[in-house]
Amino acid sequence: MESLTLSDVEQKYYSELFLSCDVDNTKKVASNGKVLDLFRAAQLSNEVVLQITELCGATRLGHFGRSQFYIALKLIALAQSGMPLRVETLNSVRDLPLPRFVMGKNEQEPRHAVMFADAENQGHYFPRPPLRVQAKKVSAHEMIQPCVPTADPQPDTTSPVVSPHQSPPTSPHAWRKHKRQASGGNVDRQPSVPGVVWPSFREAQPGPVTGDGMWSAHSPPPVQETWPESTTVRTGMSAMITNEIQRQTSGYDDPWKITDEQRQYYINQFKTIQPDLTGLIPGSAAKEFFTKSKLPILELSHIWELSDFDKDGALTLDEFCAAFHLVVARKNGYDLPEKLPESLMPKLIDLDDSAGVPEPATEVSFSASPVEVTPNKSPSMPSLNQNWPELNQNNEQWETFSERSSSSQTLTQFDSNIAPADPDTAIVHPVPIRMTPSKIHMQEMELKRTGSDHTHPTSPLMANPPELSDETKLAASIKFPGTSVGDGYSSSDSFTSDQEPISSAVNRQRSHSGTSPEGLKVVAPPPPPPRPHASHSRSSSLDMNRNFAAVPAAGSQQPGVVAFPPAVPPRPLPTQTSVPHGHRSVEGDGLPAHTSTSPHQMPEQPNFADFSQFQAFAVDQPEDDEENPSDSGQAERCPEAAGTMRTTKNDVQAEERNATTVNSAKVSTPLAPPPKPVRRRLKSEDELRPDVEDLPQKSNVIATVLATQPSIPRSIGKDKKAIQASIRRNKETNTVLARLNSELQQQLKDLLEERISLEVQLEQLRPFSHL
Amino acid sequence: MAVCIAVIAKENYPLYIRSVPTQGELKFHYTVHTSLDVVEEKISGVGKALADQRELYLGLLYPTEDYKVYGYVTNSKVKFVIVVDSSNASLRDNEIRSMFRKLHNSFTDVMCNPFYNPGDPIQSKAFDSIVSAMMVQAC
Repeated sequence: MESLTLSDVEQKYYSELFLSCDVDNTKKVASNGKVLDLFRAAQLSNEVVLQITELCGATRLGHFGRSQFYIALKLIALAQSGMPLRVETLNSVRDLPLPRFVMGKNEQEPRHAVMFADAENQGHYFPRPPLRVQAKKVSAHEMIQPCVPTADPQPDTTSPVVSPHQSPPTSPHAWRKHKRQASGGNVDRQPSVPGVVWPSFREAQPGPVTGDGMWSAHSPPPVQETWPESTTVRTGMSAMITNEIQRQTSGYDDPWKITDEQRQYYINQFKTIQPDLTGLIPGSAAKEFFTKSKLPILELSHIWELSDFDKDGALTLDEFCAAFHLVVARKNGYDLPEKLPESLMPKLIDLDDSAGVPEPATEVSFSASPVEVTPNKSPSMPSLNQNWPELNQNNEQWETFSERSSSSQTLTQFDSNIAPADPDTAIVHPVPIRMTPSKIHMQEMELKRTGSDHTHPTSPLMANPPELSDETKLAASIKFPGTSVGDGYSSSDSFTSDQEPISSAVNRQRSHSGTSPEGLKVVAPPPPPPRPHASHSRSSSLDMNRNFAAVPAAGSQQPGVVAFPPAVPPRPLPTQTSVPHGHRSVEGDGLPAHTSTSPHQMPEQPNFADFSQFQAFAVDQPEDDEENPSDSGQAERCPEAAGTMRTTKNDVQAEERNATTVNSAKVSTPLAPPPKPVRRRLKSEDELRPDVEDLPQKSNVIATVLATQPSIPRSIGKDKKAIQASIRRNKETNTVLARLNSELQQQLKDLLEERISLEVQLEQLRPFSHL
Repeated sequence: MAVCIAVIAKENYPLYIRSVPTQGELKFHYTVHTSLDVVEEKISGVGKALADQRELYLGLLYPTEDYKVYGYVTNSKVKFVIVVDSSNASLRDNEIRSMFRKLHNSFTDVMCNPFYNPGDPIQSKAFDSIVSAMMVQAC
């Protein structure tokens, strides 16, 4: 280490500083943190500090030993006096002013406090002749100080710092001198303060300087050496500020109240950054401004949190005043509150209380900062804390509001989120209207069963469904939501009705021919599946061909054509149009009339009816179901079910079936009139003819089913009756299908729940599966 | 009530970590660290462009025999991790979400502070107080 010669003053000063940094009380090493803080308080740039650290050998050693510390201090003094940092100069420079530090160390606070008190009492603290010049300014400074004073009623508890209680009049002067002397020197060293107002910040250092007797000992030398008036003035300001603070605090219960002078000062400061008093100071500008106060970033951050009331990243005038006030208080040694004091709340601050403040305000602007504070009033915190208006009720209220709102948001969000987020709930949600494939399949099966068993005609119908079953399943699922019929039931109905028309057509054929049509119709609806099978096995291919052939023709007409122009007089149902649902069209008797009417009805009713019938039939009378359609018309339900089953499958299929049913209708005019006008419509006569043959076979089965149903006048002549009957049947089918639908949905829910529970179990067993 | 709360920066280093039984801190630090893997997995799996509230809340990351770990990620890939005691079965998903919401709100407040440099450890007292309120009141 380079040898270092220190003057006595320096020696004392340095040792004192070392002690302050010697947190660990090792008497040998100054803790790095404290040392760095101290260096930073010297208001030197970071790089200078680093350079000093390096020069003194601390970096080499890794810690600050006494000698390093002393060297560092000397270097700081050098730097502060503007001289280049060089080890050689350490000893060569004589009369080097003591290094100045802005923020007094906490350890020093008490001393400062002492100084405070002393200063106030004596007024001539420093041996040096007080510099009088700034008297005026000092007064101004005094004004500024109030801000700080208000903050510390506490002073009582603490030490001497309590100076606040002392009468203002005396202290200011005392301080003036005091400060001036102390600060003058310090200030001088400082890098030029941006004229405006922050000088107080710079001067902060003086705080410690002024207060402490020891400091005073040190400061004089520096003071003597160079200080320009201005600097002293500024430092004086800080002193003033403290005085003011003291003065003011004595009288106030609210430590955080901003006095008029303070406010005016703050407003002026605000104007320097933001001319518009109603505007906002952006965060970055505020950051720069408050950084000049030399407070630790952490504390500035806390002050920001307290003062930025609306959390918008910018400061309004009120917020700025609150922040400034807090900085002043902090500079004076008051701890920052946890919550913003009520008096500092934006809404409570009244602006512009200019009375009596103009002068001080102006002077303030010249002078330095109100904030500058001195130091360390030793922690008058306790009283401060006590005095804080607990309120912050506003804060609390605000908080509650925000929390409430947030909670409400939370609630709403949660509500919206919980449901979907929770797979269980999602799964448990009601199943969409559209028919699930399983259901469709079931329907189809039923239709098939009914169809195949009952009639041949149904087989073609069945054939259609089965072949298209895959499509239909999908389509049905798609179709269901879209079915105009209304709800799932209807869609299912439509599905069945698809088949129904076919089967009905078949039935019709049969019925026309004899009784088969009825059977056909009956057969078709109930069990869709059977039909397809049957159809496949049977003349399905032929039927299919015919159906397909018919489809294009029918398809075009389907949309709107109610009455497919089947040749079959008796019941040629118009059409398929009906949408596969509608296939039922009138019962055999209804013939065109039926067809015309039924289509409308069919779409919805038949579906329902068919499906429920199917299910019922499937469950109870599998055979009957099948036969029903074939039993010509009887089966209101069957045909309807069949129709619905079919319709559920697909529009396409429906179309096809429509065609087929139309055909079959034509053919099956003789078929059982009742139920399946749709079928009749769907099936073309051609298709129906072959089916007719089959129908009779199934008609028996259907007949039985039909028998259960209200007898349907088969006479072709009784159109009205047939229509009514068909309506009745359709309605019944609807209800049956509806029941079936609900049951199936319930089953689905149960299954889904089971699945969920299984998945949960799986998850539990493999908790880390996703890791 | 949480046993440990951690805020992890985008680069997966902790900005703030605090646990209640201070003696077992290392264990919680380790848990939080390992949970980051799960978080990454979850956020990488979500391919949706929009990040609504649902995606921010990751839910239960993984349970152990002693405690459960919940995760939450913000749009800027800052992660919040809450460790709760398994014995505390009364904590509902709702409550965890509200805790995350509060954390997120106070975190944004910290971010709004111009004196806070993103990437610095969070030293805000307000944030501390909110976290303390959420932690288990350790005796």
